[in-house]
Amino acid sequence: MAKKSFRQAINEALRQEMRRDPRVILMGEDIAGGRGGSAGITDAWGGVLGVTKGLWEEFGDDRVLDTPISEASYIGAAAGAAATGLRPVAELMFVDFVGCCLDQIMNQAAKFRYMFGGKATTPLVIRAMYGGGFSAAAQHSQALYPLFTHIPGLKVVIPSSPYEAKGLLIEAIRDNDPVIFLENKVMYDDEEDVPDEAYAIPFGEANVTREGDDVTIVAIGRMVNMANAAADELEKQGIGCTVIDPRTTSPLDEETILESVSETGRLVVVDEASPRCNMACDISALVAEKAFFSLKAPIRRVVPPHTPVPFSTPLEKLYMPDATKIAAAVRSITSSQKQKVA
Amino acid sequence: MSVQISREALLRAYRSMRTIRVFEERLHVEFATGEIPGFVHLYCGEEASAVGVCANLTDNDTIASTHRGHGHCIAKGVEVGGMMAEIYGRHTGVCRGKGGSMHIADLSKGMLGANGIVGGGPPLICGAALSHKTLKDNGVAVAFFGDGASNEGTTLESMNLASVWHLPAVFVLEDNGYGEATGAAYACAGTQKDRAAGFGLPYFACAGDDFFEVYETARNAIDHARSGKGPVMLHVQLSRWYGHFEGDAMTYRKAGEVAAQKKDHDCLKKFRARAVAENLLPEGDMDEIDAAVADEVESAVVTAKQAPWPQDKDLMADVYARY
Repeated sequence: MAKKSFRQAINEALRQEMRRDPRVILMGEDIAGGRGGSAGITDAWGGVLGVTKGLWEEFGDDRVLDTPISEASYIGAAAGAAATGLRPVAELMFVDFVGCCLDQIMNQAAKFRYMFGGKATTPLVIRAMYGGGFSAAAQHSQALYPLFTHIPGLKVVIPSSPYEAKGLLIEAIRDNDPVIFLENKVMYDDEEDVPDEAYAIPFGEANVTREGDDVTIVAIGRMVNMANAAADELEKQGIGCTVIDPRTTSPLDEETILESVSETGRLVVVDEASPRCNMACDISALVAEKAFFSLKAPIRRVVPPHTPVPFSTPLEKLYMPDATKIAAAVRSITSSQKQKVA
Repeated sequence: MSVQISREALLRAYRSMRTIRVFEERLHVEFATGEIPGFVHLYCGEEASAVGVCANLTDNDTIASTHRGHGHCIAKGVEVGGMMAEIYGRHTGVCRGKGGSMHIADLSKGMLGANGIVGGGPPLICGAALSHKTLKDNGVAVAFFGDGASNEGTTLESMNLASVWHLPAVFVLEDNGYGEATGAAYACAGTQKDRAAGFGLPYFACAGDDFFEVYETARNAIDHARSGKGPVMLHVQLSRWYGHFEGDAMTYRKAGEVAAQKKDHDCLKKFRARAVAENLLPEGDMDEIDAAVADEVESAVVTAKQAPWPQDKDLMADVYARY
């Protein structure tokens, strides 16, 4: 066990799975990088933010395939390869680029098994970066997991830390369904202890990162860190928060969320995806439908406004959910008595 | 052109073409009764293309088809009774009634699916070709696509990717002159030959009403891809005899266009004429096939109509391998 970054954890998961199973191949834009350049080198980048660095060196041209900037062709190729015997991990770079290849994900890979009467298996992983906070502006900052969660046939994974990233990516590669694996680009240098050996974290089993009696906070991806920070601060003020990281939005661990709300009676959902039809809506509806009589206060959603992600630093800060906004939402639904105590 | 094909292969090819013709003509009749749900797109008139290409393939090779996919399925060996039951939405269908006409697939036969999305197949075929190349199984992957799909970015991107990755891929353009109700003369800029050249793909072309010509041309094209020389385009010129979908009155085609096609470009008539003239097959053998196919399709329809519907529990089956 050693401290590893989010980037290293993902790289290690890919490397270990590629060593384990020769059918695992990688494809994507500049996942090696440099081919056809005047310097005559390969592995110039190892991915636009260096996540796949060194994998071409170990596994070579047959298993680490740089693609043209041509998302529809290679995401579709990954789907076709998955249905015919390989286990591709395709990197879409920024998830915003799904606009160029949604058909291959939504109408092809996601539906093969159902349309073909259960006779197709599509062990495909699509990795992509998501999220704001990088001043990457409107076309490189979206958190599009609700879009994928909406589509039956896809599984959707959003790891919240390096440890989570390694275990969930290994599970994704071993899974026999198409998996969308979303990496928050702001988190690549985050570090924590990550086991050296391979391990898999099952899908659909939420992780409870904080335990408290007063409020349940459900947070997605990087927002788990924000929720933990808010919970730690609120704890000092006498407000106990349970923080739930669902890990996967499809499948969603409804049971852990409902059980917690039945104990705390209060729910705050933190989601950096655009506010209409996002996970905060979905989880709020779940609780309103199945735990309504446990609720002591209105549900609160901590979400960005309904606007594209702005570029300018102060505007982006205003846009993004953060620990302060989460703490404010929690305080708004805890009893006045509690607040007086605090 | 001399014929280099065994007698058995010729009989199989004739049977396959006849099966497609009878299957589709019957669907035309049955669809009008209202018993068949959804959309149906018929392949009549184009039989020699699917069969001429697939006669050069084995179950180990992969094809991706289009919304007009029944012919490709039959040519690739998908079972006719299972196809008919699928089109009727029955549990006994090849896809258990979950896919229907536009999604018939049978991966055990290397049939990666008809496809409801125009241009959906070519990217998938790049992946299948990559599997063949990576797994070193000597297989090729064939994308059938129409002149309509030839204008989709996915098709053009796939030709580029196949060329960049040097894949054993064959792009079979079935050019029937119409993308839905719009003529290729309007919708396709430049030439298909130049498009292939633009991506470095060797270009093969043939008339789609002559099985022998398609077979020979496809063999050269497929051999090229199979031998590791990279992807190719095969441009087959043909005509569809029915509308884009069943119910299309084809007001966009001049009177007599289809009748002329049927009279002068019927691939089955041409096949029989040549087979007899060159003493390749006895007429009696082909008559026997015609009778057997008529029985097979009749039986498929009768059986499909009586087959069980999927049950309520099937609604949620097979969304995932595990969830």
